[in-house]
Amino acid sequence: MTKATAAIVGSGNIGTDLMYKLLRSDFIQPRWMIGIDSDSPGLKRAESAGLIASAEGVEWLLAQAERPDIVFEATSAYVHRENAPRYQALGIPAVDLTPAAIGPAVVPAVNLGAHLDVPNVSLITCGGQATIPIVYAVSRVTEVAYAEIVASVASPSAGPGTRANIDEFTRTTARGIEMIGGARKGKAIIILNPAEPPMLMQDTVFCSIPLDADQDAIAASIKDVVDTVASYVPGYRLRAEPQFDDPTPTSGGLARVAVFIEVEGAGDFLPPYSGNLDIMTAAAAKVGEGFAQRILAERS
Amino acid sequence: MSYSSDLDIRITDSSLRDGSHAKQHQFTPQHVRSIVAALDDAGVPVIEVTHGDGLGGSSFNYGFSHTPEQELIKAAVATAKRAKIAFLMLPGLGLQDDIRESADNGASICRIATHCTEADISIQHFGLARKLGLETVGFLMMAHSQPPEALARQGRIMADAGCQCVYVVDSAGALIMEETGDRIAALVAELGPDAQVGFHGHENLGLGVANSVIAVRAGALQIDGSTRRFGAGAGNTPVEGFAAVAEKLGIRTGIDTLKIIDAAEDVVRPIMDGECLLDRLSLTMGYAGVYSSFLKHADRQARKYGVSGAEILIEAGRRKLVGGQEDQLIEIAVALAAGR
Repeated sequence: MTKATAAIVGSGNIGTDLMYKLLRSDFIQPRWMIGIDSDSPGLKRAESAGLIASAEGVEWLLAQAERPDIVFEATSAYVHRENAPRYQALGIPAVDLTPAAIGPAVVPAVNLGAHLDVPNVSLITCGGQATIPIVYAVSRVTEVAYAEIVASVASPSAGPGTRANIDEFTRTTARGIEMIGGARKGKAIIILNPAEPPMLMQDTVFCSIPLDADQDAIAASIKDVVDTVASYVPGYRLRAEPQFDDPTPTSGGLARVAVFIEVEGAGDFLPPYSGNLDIMTAAAAKVGEGFAQRILAERS
Repeated sequence: MSYSSDLDIRITDSSLRDGSHAKQHQFTPQHVRSIVAALDDAGVPVIEVTHGDGLGGSSFNYGFSHTPEQELIKAAVATAKRAKIAFLMLPGLGLQDDIRESADNGASICRIATHCTEADISIQHFGLARKLGLETVGFLMMAHSQPPEALARQGRIMADAGCQCVYVVDSAGALIMEETGDRIAALVAELGPDAQVGFHGHENLGLGVANSVIAVRAGALQIDGSTRRFGAGAGNTPVEGFAAVAEKLGIRTGIDTLKIIDAAEDVVRPIMDGECLLDRLSLTMGYAGVYSSFLKHADRQARKYGVSGAEILIEAGRRKLVGGQEDQLIEIAVALAAGR
């Protein structure tokens, strides 16, 4: 079967990990790895994996006679804001792994099919990819007036971009909890933990629920969504059964369900503790396959 | 070297911030007015008012506030005649907009806290605080977990970002005497004239006052405490106790010792739900090196799941949890209950 071709722009850790995932795809053939530094180890790895590697940036990529069907961008929000209009002008759909948030947000377990006709989709944040499916699982069963997530990430897997603008993480994630998760109000908290050996990514999701909510239905919905996410992020799992709590003064008078998630990375290139990065590259591959299937269907 | 011509050191009282943990975040504007009036009258130069976990702390994870913290900050600013009002914020939880709002409401000192290996997440926030004309303080939390040189490097990151005083924050109340002095000395050596150094102690090993004296001798110019120890864990360095010791040692704090002793007994104690005690759980935190504000959360989960609170805290220490990971205590309690 022919596959849709893809370029990965950004030859750092994320781009490299994504390449290994795409090399296993039934729908996508990663053909180009684009960087800006000819000494980049990511470019060398791409070359030895059979990709065309170039350190001459997006200008070079878009000047070639053959252009990619899909582009994945794993640079920075700043660079992606520059590049996005170029891809769009040439009709190449872009999957954005940066926090630029230009296009509509996609969480594969929730709204994969919703935006395959737009030029650019955003993957929000790693915390969003890990927690929004759970908020959605609860809000499709009962009303969620307020949802709050706590993402704990191993220090070495929080890159300089996240560190330099940590408010961007909390804001973008909170917005995703509302817009895609379906909570009326969202809040996000991120904690960096330097423990050695590094901890796996752990996320806790608290959703307010009505007093008379059907707890069995909520728990079943959560398990169902966890299975869906695990189908494209194999290391995604519950650490405990969902926990239900009655209202107290410190819970703001709200009844709630608390859900405990752990994300172990596949170890394609990044270490397994970097579940936060693995879930981004896995979600990107999944969204890219959605684009690829549409493109291939149009061709046949 | 002295803090100023009048003061050898400057004391910040954190009853209305660290005490928020002990009060499970149920402060009212009347509590704030009473405590601020008494401390201000006793000459406490800085009073910190915020949710225990800083701006934006009102949440499922840390406990919702009875009264929005900005209302409490406004009440404090309106009450204080001499004291400056400070607030705390933790990047990753609070936002830059929260800093702006606090400044608009009249607070003048912005205290920004990170785990003691993660100072670089505070750079943006220090930049904003200085731009707004706020005085800045940086908190290196869980300072017992890193050696002096590592703390000094992190302090340098904060100072370069615009922090005017870097605190060694003994969040777990786990530092013992020389361990405090060595950390303060390393920061003083690193920062020199670029920033002051401070110490924030807890009583989980009963050493708040002693550690604070050693910190001053090692060059700290700012010291935190809470009147009547009103704080997380076994509480903070008691301001009235430290003021008395400082007076006897000839260290000028600007605080009237007899007045602060009265304020502790007559004003602060009646607002507390109970004394902050060196009991089994809080001693376990100092012993195992666990973040002090886990106390009430561990106690609550222990009762809900019928497991030992001390075991929850020891497991928290074993997992090397950092400040802010209160959510993990629930999962630990669930696991302990399942393992029985």
